[in-house]
Amino acid sequence: MSSEISNITSEPPNTDAVTVGSLNINDTELTLGLPGESRKLVAKRRFSVITDLKLGGNHRSDSIITKNSPSKEQLVGWPPVRSYRKNMTKSDCKYVKVAVDGAPYLRKVGLELYSGYQQLMCAFEDLFSCLAIKNVSNEMKLMDPVNGTEYVPTYEDKDGDWMLVGDVPWKMFVESCKRIRLMKNSEAINGSGMHNSQIFETTF
Amino acid sequence: MTSSFPEEVLEHVLSFLTSQTDRNAVSLVCKTWYETDRWCRNRIFVGNCYAVNPRILIRRFPDVKSIELKGKPHFADFNLVPEGWGGYVYPWVVELARAYPSLEEIRLKRMVVTDESLEMVAKSFNNFKVLVLSSCEGFSTDGLAAIAANCRNLRVLDLRECEVEDLSGHWLSHFPDSFTSLESLNMACLVSEVSFSALERLVARSPNLKTLKLNRTVPLEKLSTLLKRAPQLVDFGTGAYSAEFRPDVYSSLAGVFSACKNLKSLSGFWDVTPAYLPVINNVCSQLTSLNLSYATTQSPDLTKIVSQCCNLQRLVVLDYIEDTGLNTVSLSCKDLRELVVFPSDPFIGDVDVQLTEHGLVAVSEGCSKLHSILYFCRQMSNSALIQISKNCPNLTCFRLCIIEPRAPDYQTLEPLDTGFGSIVQNCQHLTRLSMSGLLTDRVFEYIGTYAKNLDMLSIAFAGDSDLGLHYVLSGCDRLRKLEIRDCPFGDKALLANASKLERMRSLWMSSCLVSFGACKLLGRKMPGLNVEVIDERENVNSIPEYAPVEKVYIYRTVSGQRFDAPDFVRIMGKDKDAVYNLS
Repeated sequence: MSSEISNITSEPPNTDAVTVGSLNINDTELTLGLPGESRKLVAKRRFSVITDLKLGGNHRSDSIITKNSPSKEQLVGWPPVRSYRKNMTKSDCKYVKVAVDGAPYLRKVGLELYSGYQQLMCAFEDLFSCLAIKNVSNEMKLMDPVNGTEYVPTYEDKDGDWMLVGDVPWKMFVESCKRIRLMKNSEAINGSGMHNSQIFETTF
Repeated sequence: MTSSFPEEVLEHVLSFLTSQTDRNAVSLVCKTWYETDRWCRNRIFVGNCYAVNPRILIRRFPDVKSIELKGKPHFADFNLVPEGWGGYVYPWVVELARAYPSLEEIRLKRMVVTDESLEMVAKSFNNFKVLVLSSCEGFSTDGLAAIAANCRNLRVLDLRECEVEDLSGHWLSHFPDSFTSLESLNMACLVSEVSFSALERLVARSPNLKTLKLNRTVPLEKLSTLLKRAPQLVDFGTGAYSAEFRPDVYSSLAGVFSACKNLKSLSGFWDVTPAYLPVINNVCSQLTSLNLSYATTQSPDLTKIVSQCCNLQRLVVLDYIEDTGLNTVSLSCKDLRELVVFPSDPFIGDVDVQLTEHGLVAVSEGCSKLHSILYFCRQMSNSALIQISKNCPNLTCFRLCIIEPRAPDYQTLEPLDTGFGSIVQNCQHLTRLSMSGLLTDRVFEYIGTYAKNLDMLSIAFAGDSDLGLHYVLSGCDRLRKLEIRDCPFGDKALLANASKLERMRSLWMSSCLVSFGACKLLGRKMPGLNVEVIDERENVNSIPEYAPVEKVYIYRTVSGQRFDAPDFVRIMGKDKDAVYNLS
């Protein structure tokens, strides 16, 4: 239950009021954390570096940062969040990466957060603010109003095939989708991004 | 000297003073004023249940209607106080029941409350009206059943973040059909399902119900039914906010929300289905308080909601809102006073979450009334802190948690001393500060020099030496609560500032360098302090006096040492057999 303390050294108090014997802390070897030599050494190094710091003036303190410090899970009560707040991730939700042709970074969407394709399209609109939904009867397309480029949502399914988003029932899509790519329309039509035959294939 | 001022007039004047601080000051003016305050003060606040005892309280104040008690120290919230430490309310309830049969209100924070205590409360006070249990534990739903069944004039039953042994939801059905006085019910922390029909009937027969906070088991589809019965609600907390999207459920819910013209505060939203969030669109502009900290959904959904909350004063949200969402807050929520951003994944760290210091800076820029901040993030810089301090000179509460201990300014790799120094220098009204990141003794020098109104300070993984602690104890004139963990502070600063400790409520130090010997000395020399060494090590009796203790909790008291402490708590320096006779 206690947080880690090991091999803590302390200066001998020199106030008159305190009568304490000479220090020989190393004898006590107060190891309260999980057993393991490396952890003891880490804590020791961390603390000895701290006591070496001089006050006043600038000093580089980056040496204190121990990259191999114990994971936060081993530090009791840190970060200071109440226990019922510790698992607030959307962990049950299925997240897939969304790539947009030409964009330098990907986003992730939680597919289970949405109830249908329409909402998914809205999510794309939100995540990639330069895109807008283009209303074309039953087709699902996004468009960059600045240069008129159209994007067609495609996805890679469990079999590794690239499919057009929207063909299968929503729940089936959520279950089989591995990742999503908003493909520039010219590529989709020419099939340069994927095999022609697979664009029109529906698999179950 | 006799006073020509009739006591009745003085009493009447004093009745306008509601703040405890004012009342305490008034009671020190002269004997007459002390006596008058004694007889007419009926709201009592005890910030540390071990600082005083029931007998002393009852002797001084013969007529009490409302009492507030606090037990464990704040770090108990983060599991730093071992189970069994103390904070039992039962001995208080026994005495209160005997002395104040007309007691109406009990508010407890971080105390151990048993079913026995609740049963005694239920049966002892005829006109009992308000029960607020905040971060309490030790009771079950049986205790709640006793309250429900017996407190015929109950107005408030508010369980805030309590750990309740949830045997069943049946307790709610114990409110009799004749019970109609309910004004506030908060059962959000309970796990069991209550009978929905009992809940609906309770709501229907409570015309004064203003606050209703449901627990997770009340499904979204049933919210309309409840809200239709209580359109007068001011503060509403939903249950689990997830369901398959159905247009009829959606429009029904949107309709009932629109009818809640007095709604000012919303919370709940567990497991949120984003499609259902927009039902609150029509009430967003009414809201002054919004708690989305259980809404595990992405930034765009959260942002859309907050962008409509133009009158929002308090926002609690997860880091899923990201910097972009906070930017929207800064543009849309011009009346914002309080911002709380919790981490969604404090341990592993979802790197996809784009929440940095930029979000906080944006809010500080756009929201000029901001006075209270609690912010969890993964990076911070001195320049950001300086900016925030300049944007918000009226900050009263600044709590920043950078998740990695000892993390430096991520841009310069320097300590964050100047950043926090700027906060205390520019924010002269700061009463509460929590710090994190890489900090040297220098930041404490700033705090001791500038933070003259600081009331509570929380420190972790900071400082270089005793000098840091000394700066704080000697410089912060108004400091009452100090809590420290994992800092290289030891005996010197503590002993040198022993008298300061009597002017504070409490000091907590864990994983520091305070020795057994120093604790014993302090306990012996300072009869007005209880120096509690909390140490669970098996070999603790053979640990030398110069070695550091695990934890020490020091608080002033007029009650002497306590006798309800477990094995691993030692009240240092006091003769165990001595009985304190305090008149």
